This record gives sequence, C-alpha cells and structure tokens, in this order.
Amino acid sequence: MANNVDDSPDALCTIGEGDCVVLKRGDIFKAAQIQKNRKVIFEKQWFFLDNAVGELYGTAFEVASGGTLQPKKPKLTESITEVREAGTDNRNIVDDGTSQKLTRDDIETLKGQGLKGQDIVQQLVENSSSFRDKTEFAQEKYIKKKKKKYENTVTILKPSTRILAQMYHGREPGKICHLRYDSLAQMLTLGNIHAGSKVIVFETCAGLVLGAVMERMGGHGSVIQMYPGGGPVRAATDSFGFPKHFLHTLHDFPLCKVQPLLAGRLSPDAQEPDAPPQPNPEGRSQESGGGDSTVEKMESEMERETDDREKRREDKAQERKMKNEEKRKKQLAVAALLQPRNADGLVIASRLHPCPVLLALLKFMAPSRPFVVYSQYREPLIECYTKLREQGGTINLQLTETWLRHYQVLPNRTHPVLLMSGGGGYILSGTTVMAGPPKPTPPQSAEEPSPKRIKLQEADG
Amino acid sequence: MSFVEYAEFIQDGDVAIIFMSHDSMFPVKVQQGGQTQTRYGVIRHSTDLIGRRFGSKVTCSKGGWVYVLHPTPELWTLNLPHRTQILYTTDIANITMMLELKPGSVVCESGTGSGSLSHAILRTIAPSGHLYTVEFHQQRAEKATEEFGEHKVGHLVTVLNQDVCKDGFGVTGVADAVFLDIPSPWEAIGHAKAAMKRRGGRVCSFSPCIEQVQRTCAALAEQDFGEICTLEVLLRVLDVRAVSLALPDLGKEDEGGLPATPNATVTCRTAMPPREMAGHTGYLTFATKGPV
Repeated sequence: MANNVDDSPDALCTIGEGDCVVLKRGDIFKAAQIQKNRKVIFEKQWFFLDNAVGELYGTAFEVASGGTLQPKKPKLTESITEVREAGTDNRNIVDDGTSQKLTRDDIETLKGQGLKGQDIVQQLVENSSSFRDKTEFAQEKYIKKKKKKYENTVTILKPSTRILAQMYHGREPGKICHLRYDSLAQMLTLGNIHAGSKVIVFETCAGLVLGAVMERMGGHGSVIQMYPGGGPVRAATDSFGFPKHFLHTLHDFPLCKVQPLLAGRLSPDAQEPDAPPQPNPEGRSQESGGGDSTVEKMESEMERETDDREKRREDKAQERKMKNEEKRKKQLAVAALLQPRNADGLVIASRLHPCPVLLALLKFMAPSRPFVVYSQYREPLIECYTKLREQGGTINLQLTETWLRHYQVLPNRTHPVLLMSGGGGYILSGTTVMAGPPKPTPPQSAEEPSPKRIKLQEADG
Repeated sequence: MSFVEYAEFIQDGDVAIIFMSHDSMFPVKVQQGGQTQTRYGVIRHSTDLIGRRFGSKVTCSKGGWVYVLHPTPELWTLNLPHRTQILYTTDIANITMMLELKPGSVVCESGTGSGSLSHAILRTIAPSGHLYTVEFHQQRAEKATEEFGEHKVGHLVTVLNQDVCKDGFGVTGVADAVFLDIPSPWEAIGHAKAAMKRRGGRVCSFSPCIEQVQRTCAALAEQDFGEICTLEVLLRVLDVRAVSLALPDLGKEDEGGLPATPNATVTCRTAMPPREMAGHTGYLTFATKGPV
C-alpha cells in the first residue's frame, strides 16, 4: 500500500453526492453536505452544490448567475497585477471620500450586468483617482481587499481535523469550549492517540474532539465516548463524514453509570428514565374528530380510533421494549470494554468540572499510558493537579498553555499579523503508573446486591 | 513493545523509559542479563524489568525506586540521543495536525536529523502509511535506520541518504504530505511538489530564521501552492504551587483594642509561568498543493 504509485482519481478525492464537505472562502469555512437542488447560504451568498459532484476536492468554483457553481480555471486570477504607475508615499492622498467615482448604485448595476468579481475590481481601480498615487504595496493591499469583497469564489474541501477545528474556533468558539486548534493538536499528540488503541473520550465540544480522535485512529481500535445527560452529542463528528466502518469502533457510555460500574454493581437500564412520557391521546386528538358528524358516526369512529390507538400503543411499547433491550445490551458490551481497566488513552475536554470525571475515568486506564485534560480555565486544572499529586497513581503531570501567532510574509513587509488569539485554553497532561502501595481490598458492599443487578466483575473475571 | 503499538509487559529487546523524576529520565535497551546503573543503584533487567508490567515501580539496589514506562514518541523526544537540533512536541503536534496526518498517510520528510519528528509521524500514520525520510549525513541516516528497527517501526519507513535539494525524495506522486527542516527549504519546494500525489496534499517547512521563511514562501507561491500560512507556537509550562501571602495589619477600628494577630497568612493555589522559557523555536510555514 505504501508504495502504491497509482494515483488515479478515486472515490476518495472526487466530490460525490451525499458527501460531507467544507466550503471555504478566504479564511472562512462552513460545513455542508452535497445535496441536489439544495440551496446553500454562505457568506451572504446562495448557490447550489450540484455542479460540484464529480469534481476533485480542493477545486475552486465561481458562483455564476442562478447560483450555479463553475469550476474555476487557475492562473486567470493574476491578470490585474500588471506593472502600473505608483506613488512613493502617501503625502498627497487625502481622504475626502471623492476618490472613488463609482457609486454604490453603479456597482450594483455592474453586478446586475453579470460582471465577474475580477472585472468589478478592475472597474474600481480604473475609477479611483487616488489609486495611481498609492505606493505599490498600498495598491496591492487595495486590490486584495476589493477582491475579497467582490470575488465570489468558493473552494470545496474534504473535511479534516485541521479544517473543522479552525472552522469551529472561528465561527462558534462557544460550542467547543473555546478550544483553539493548536490546543487540540497538543491534546492529540500528548495523548498518543493512534491506530489500534482503546481510548476514552469525554467532551462537550460538539463532538469535535471525538472526531479528531477518530480521525487519528483511522477506524482501528476502539473509542468510548462518555456522555453526560440523555445521549452523546456528535454534530461536529458527523461533519467529518467518516466511512461507515469507523462507526463500528465508536461506543458510548453514560457518565451516570460510571460509579456503579466502578463499584461492580452496574444495572443497565431496563426502562430508560428519560424515555418519552406515555403520550396521553385523550383530549388532544379528539378536537379534530368534532365538527358536523353525527353522534352515531362519531361513536363508531371513536371505537375504531380507540382500537387503532390501542394497537399503536402496543406496537410502540413493543418497539420501545426492543430498543431498550438493544440499548441494555450495548451498554453491557461497553461496560465489558471498560471493565478490564486497560484503556490506552483518556481525553477530556468539557465545560463540566474536570476533576471528578478525571479521577473516576483514570481508574479505567492501564498503567504507563498518557492522559490529557483540557479546560478553558486554569483553576479547575490546578485542582486536578493537586488532587492527583495527593492520591498518586500518575506521574509526569504538566499544566501547560500554548501561544499562537500568525505572520504576514511578503517581500519587505513581513511582520506578525495584527490580531492574535489571547488564549487557547489550558491542558493538563500526565502518565498513569501502577499504584504504589498494595491496593486496599475493594470495599465489599455491606448490603446484598439485589438479584436483578448484574455483577460484571464476576462475569468478566 | 513497539512505538506504534502498546504492550502490557516488558520483554527482552524492548526499549523502556526509566523515569526518576520529571526532569530525570533515560531510555534503556532491555536485555536478558543486562544491568543499568542509576543514582539509586543497579537495575537488573532479568529480574527487575523483563516480565514486569509497563508502569511498574522498580526498587533499585540502593533502595531508591523508579518507574519503568512504555516508550511513546513524546517520551522519546525528551530522551533521545541528540545528533542534531531536534523538533519538540509542541511544534510536532501542530505539524501533525496541520499536515492532516492520519493512519495511512504517505509522508516525505527531510532531514531525518535525530528522528524526533520521524517517530511521531510513524506513530500517526501506522499501520498502513509510509514515511520516506531523506538525510544527507551518512552516519545520521544509518543511526536512524538502526533506531527505527529497534523500535519496531522499520517496516513503515524508508531512509534515504541523499541531498534532498539536489536529488529529491526518491519517489514521485505518492506523498500526502511533505515536511522540510533543512537550511534552504526553497531549493526543495520543486522536489516536494514532485513527490506529492496528483490529487494534492499539504506541505510544511520549519525554519528558525524569517529570511528563510520569506524565500520559502516566495518559492511556494511560484510553484502554485495555495493557503500559504506562517505561524509560530510556543509552550508555556505553568508551575502549580501553593503560595502563602501575609496579611497586612491595617489596625483595628477601635484603636484601643488588642493588636491584630501578627503573622496572619493566607494560602492560595496558583500556577506560575516560568521565569524564563523558550521564546523561539522556529517558524512553521504550511501550504496546500491543489489537485491537477
């Protein structure tokens, strides 16, 4: 496989219908799915992705009239940058608002005539009285700025951790606990996430961290997602568009079952507490039955309806029972994965207090394995650090933060970008080791476990 | 034991990391009958290491104890024998993510140097990817090959002893990603492009000096690379400690009363930045090669 030189376009690099993709313009990203006849709104512009099907990932498209995409031929973009007359400094440039001869309406008219972004920029340059007096650098900057505003190209990319982490950080940092992409990169590396391992993930970052871990595992090994509340959140995970077989390696387990499992007294839900309450059809469905029908008709109808309803209720109950049974089985299977306490990695990134979660989940880990905890704030991690130092079982503890700065690199104009992120969150990392002194015998429960409870410890040995 | 697969128990022929403290660890080659001297006394491989679980506490002959850890690329980076300047984990983490490395990726790298980044790449691209690493220094190339074998990742890597600026990576049209850490990366951009897949891929160049970055960016633009982006990442390690702060005596409202308790202090837990830290490693320049 490594020496596979054959690089003919295959399903992997061609955009297909139903694919999860990322749209890009400038530094702005948006996750989307390729669906026929489906209008997509991106950066105040709407278009259809139909024409993208069959093109290669990484292709830039021009949005033509009617919202259709046209693959853009490279190399045509630089035509404006010919040698021009330029000033030496800005001593003669006065900002009186009159240098641009085109008005807002003129520009709209040009757009209405179907002029492409590039041509509009050309018009703007030609109609600017101060353009010629600007320095060469200022001219370049002017064109770049206008291009950004009027060019309507969209690039379609294959989703990846790099792209989705930057997208979320740029658009919705609140949804990912302000986890900056370089911090996510640290977590994946410090956690030694790789194919074939068994990794526990607990996150409230819309599933971004989970997706990143899954990408690094490439469908080999197993990932166990611990979730708070009713069910796991995977909005960002879905945006990765993983192949189906990746999902076979993904398992989930409710946080609220962690303590029972650790105590060896897990009783998987027979009846979900959060199952929807029994619908009460009386009253609600009746209203539509009223009206001008006779009493007789109503009665017979009601009878039939009651029968139907009864049957439906039974079906539903049956269905729910099956679902619960399946859920119970799954939960037991995941418990069996956790039970040997030999996980190879632990990744935590949540808005909940990390300390209780960390202390509990560390118990599922094998010795000599790395773990990482992210928090937007440093205080909870200080607490984790202190507790871990007190209780032992971990070494190599490090509380860190990374600093990230981007640069503008241009001939004679290289400098740091004016804006930078003020903070990307904090990371506590460490390595598990075997507990030093012989472990005190696990607390035998005083009370007799009820027969219904399944003692997994015994079942697994 | 392998650098790409965890094992539970220590075996003859493994590499293990002896951990004494955060700033004191070293790697050992575990050998039946072997011995390792530490400041806490001798570690006897046959009895103290082989057959024990990774992560065990081992008592040395003088009574002190150490932990024996499973090697990881990150521990290796902290412990490897330096033959050159090396890349550290903070930069490696960003390189790995921004190059979009994952299981199955085919990567070209130059130079191999001491193999710090190489090990991290191999960990990420296993079990089905491949690394072509080019090193112009013959001894370094040989040493790296030997280490990859010892670390049981030899099947994932091809080491070439040649000058990447003159002779390229020895492969064409196969790489998903290319990494350059050489004095004149701009001279290798053409080779990098040739090594990459037709469908495109990512490239990264690490350079300590901004002048190198400028020339590299110019070369990348000339070769039609897109998304050219230069950044710098620094790690700040915070020292968690409890500090006690003395409370000042502001006197009492009723002046005649007893004097305030002297030496009253409040303890608070805090995390302090270091007095001095690495302020520069190198600039990371990334770019994308589009599909053709």
